[in-house]
Amino acid sequence: MAMKGDLDGPADMQIDGYVQEPLPPNELIQEFNSDYLKVYYGKLFPYSDIFRWMSYGNDGKHPAHDQSYFCRREFSFTLENDVYLRFQSFKTASEMESAIKEKCPHKIDIGPVYSVDPMKRHSYSQAGNNVFTPVERELIFDIDISEYDDVRYCCSGSDICLDCWPLMAVAIKVIDTALRDDFGFNHILWVYSGRRGVHCWVCDSRARRLSNEQRSSIADYFHIYKGGENSFKKASLTGPVLHPFLARSYTDVLVNSFEKNLLLSQKIFSLPERYQKILDMIPDESIASELQEKWQGDRKSSISEDVRWNQMKNLLQSGKNKTTCRCRVFVGLWKRLCLLIPTQELTWRHVSKHMNHLLKAPFCVHPKTGRVCVPIDPNHCDSFDPTSVPTLTKLLEELNAGSMKSEIEDGMWPESSNFHGRDFRLLGYKVTEYCNYSVCYAFNPI
Amino acid sequence: MEIIRSHKKTALEVGSSLSLYRCAPHLEVRLDEFELYAIDRLRVLKGISDGLSRGRKPDEMENVVSELWKANMRHPDPSQMMNKDIISHFVLRLVYCRTEELRKWFLSMETTLFRYRFRFESSESQRLLMNEFQLPYKALNLAEYEGVKDKLFQVSRSMGQYSNVDTTFFKVPFEEVPELVGSRRVFLLKGNAYVAMNQAVSIVVSHFRSNLSKALVLTNRKWTSTIREQEKDRLTPIVEALSSSYLGPDYSLPNEFAAITLKDIDQLANSSFPLCMRHLFYKLREDHHLKHRGRMQLGLFLKGVGLKLDDALAFWRTEFSQKVGNDRFDKEYAYSIRHNYGKEGKRTDYTPYSCQKIISSTASVGDHHGCPYRHFSEESLRAALAQTGVGGRALDDVIDKVKHHHYQLACTMTFEAIHSTPCDTGINHPNQYFTESQKLLAPKVIILADLEIFYSRFVISSFITLFQVLTS
Repeated sequence: MAMKGDLDGPADMQIDGYVQEPLPPNELIQEFNSDYLKVYYGKLFPYSDIFRWMSYGNDGKHPAHDQSYFCRREFSFTLENDVYLRFQSFKTASEMESAIKEKCPHKIDIGPVYSVDPMKRHSYSQAGNNVFTPVERELIFDIDISEYDDVRYCCSGSDICLDCWPLMAVAIKVIDTALRDDFGFNHILWVYSGRRGVHCWVCDSRARRLSNEQRSSIADYFHIYKGGENSFKKASLTGPVLHPFLARSYTDVLVNSFEKNLLLSQKIFSLPERYQKILDMIPDESIASELQEKWQGDRKSSISEDVRWNQMKNLLQSGKNKTTCRCRVFVGLWKRLCLLIPTQELTWRHVSKHMNHLLKAPFCVHPKTGRVCVPIDPNHCDSFDPTSVPTLTKLLEELNAGSMKSEIEDGMWPESSNFHGRDFRLLGYKVTEYCNYSVCYAFNPI
Repeated sequence: MEIIRSHKKTALEVGSSLSLYRCAPHLEVRLDEFELYAIDRLRVLKGISDGLSRGRKPDEMENVVSELWKANMRHPDPSQMMNKDIISHFVLRLVYCRTEELRKWFLSMETTLFRYRFRFESSESQRLLMNEFQLPYKALNLAEYEGVKDKLFQVSRSMGQYSNVDTTFFKVPFEEVPELVGSRRVFLLKGNAYVAMNQAVSIVVSHFRSNLSKALVLTNRKWTSTIREQEKDRLTPIVEALSSSYLGPDYSLPNEFAAITLKDIDQLANSSFPLCMRHLFYKLREDHHLKHRGRMQLGLFLKGVGLKLDDALAFWRTEFSQKVGNDRFDKEYAYSIRHNYGKEGKRTDYTPYSCQKIISSTASVGDHHGCPYRHFSEESLRAALAQTGVGGRALDDVIDKVKHHHYQLACTMTFEAIHSTPCDTGINHPNQYFTESQKLLAPKVIILADLEIFYSRFVISSFITLFQVLTS
């Protein structure tokens, strides 16, 4: 009956204050609420997992551990009113826990591991000579859906829906496969950023020790889409054949995803202003105008999508331009048509290239949407639904419902209790399932 | 003086003159040579830097480097050539070890120099040099090769090559060949890059680079802990003068003549901004918004031309508030402007971007930063130039330069067309464009550091031993 005792304790009363108020039924309240956040940090935030992950085995349980490792890691907090606290560091998991509980940050960012404790950086600054400098950092990618704005038409800016999520899924699959197969990394954590993107943490020790230059080279390896608003050529691909990485991405992921999902959901070929962008990219004007005439005459938009796509494919691959133009044309169009991967560049390239960039911690709550930044399993990223990830409000409802039911169901969640203690037990399968991903493949000390 | 052979014997035997600069030479150097050699080498490095910023292609760079080397690094006594190479390198290490910025520049130029000199070597001496680096890589054996042959072929075809599939391949950790990885010129499998013999220069260069990078940090430590003080009457003044003089001004501090205020800014943008800044400026006026890197490029430029922090904040607020409101501006954007002025974060006073940096930047959807000559389509560029009043013959000349990738020359020609005055120095920095333009429009005296003073300043023939200085 230990469980019961715990639940009847003061923590229970805390919940009462906020959640017992009857919420409007069936209405999704996504608003972000500092008081809810307090409860979230009080009962749900996985401190010990974050600590275990960030320690990478330097947690006192292994013989050759580096005691100072965790406390050289920078955390930064964004408080209410946008007060920004950088260079926070903690000696232990419980120190971190109490700081987070006390400050109740709206956002927690994780920075690099520095050469010295970032809290004490000023005492080293006298010595000069960059004593305070980042020494380790996960390789990170920050992929943002708004970078796809010129090829998606369902939403724009920071909105995301099930029609454009496949774009993210494609990016995840392509990058994840390349990180594993090409670069040989194994410990990769994908996290939904809470609103319009995903974050990727590559945690292998080899990845954490990459220099800035090596990070840039990886970012460039993935980087296909080039050029700003005023440039003409958007994809930079030379040579008649694709590099194996691109060829594999194309056949394994892109063609499929393009033909099955995006072609229909984004209606790229049915509206003149959309397909015109694509026709403009065809260097051979005769092909472009042939297609244009054909499509303009044909006003029935119902048949258009894959018929037109096939018409174009055939025309590009056939006939007169065979030897010289064909491959190049096709390759050049490839990005635009297949909405090639991580073209979004900007945001993530910069984040990825430098060790000392900050990235939001997993399991934060996004202040605008109230969604929790949960891990995503790259093998099932197609079925991930950004619109139904747990929100702060939903979690507290579950927490509340769980605490009321707890006496009846006591003992029914033995497995999750083992993982996360009693708190997570109350949340039903969703949260515990997400947590399991992270525990399984990222928090593995290396 | 003796010729140093100790650490270079093998490659010397096959006639190689390329040094890896493993350790400082055990030889005496006259103080005037100390300086003159360094200046000669600086000319080479500066030439390389110019070549790179003009966007020269590798084969053009090969000529540039070869010419520069011949012109500056010759010595009347052939036996002294190699000493001159080594001495000048170590002197410049001392000069360029002292700040992050200097180290970065030196590292990048020396690495480029080394790369091309390595390419001039015969394949036999290349192999010997590789041995000297003690690179632990074995060539792929037949079974391994067969396993990945198709992929290797695919990679070389993707670069438009057909020939190198029969050459030897090495398997190296991908970390060692970042440039090959970044440009997708190697096949990657489980963390290993498959490098063809003719790409081996990348491996060697990356080792050279990382050795030199570490050495610079160590030299810096010695410099600050002992050398600077010990040599304060002899080497320190020379060393300190050498770096600041030759690189030219970095435009991070606007000089007093050039302070500008908000009310002048529109008129100045029209008369004296280079095309890249003009474009950003008018886009900002039009959209009341710029993405991050556009804000950086324009913001630091404005700082460089003398816009004070308060004016800068007012300037950006006027525009951004029309789009995002005052509140959001204060919360999200004001920080980064203060940051640029060294008032936030790590408090670095950031330097305005040079042409080289702007030309090599990449742009994406919604971006307006970068170099218009490089990043615009011909059509957009023509339109943009027409707005500045450049037309007819001059416009065609500019476009012609762009087609040959001479972006800075194109900018220089634009400058000349707009100001109807030749610009002999060429444009290397947007802030230089501004200053030159202002000089013509409102003549003011600006004193730039003059290299020549160094020739007359020291004629001291005391001897020093670099080795002792560097290892003390």
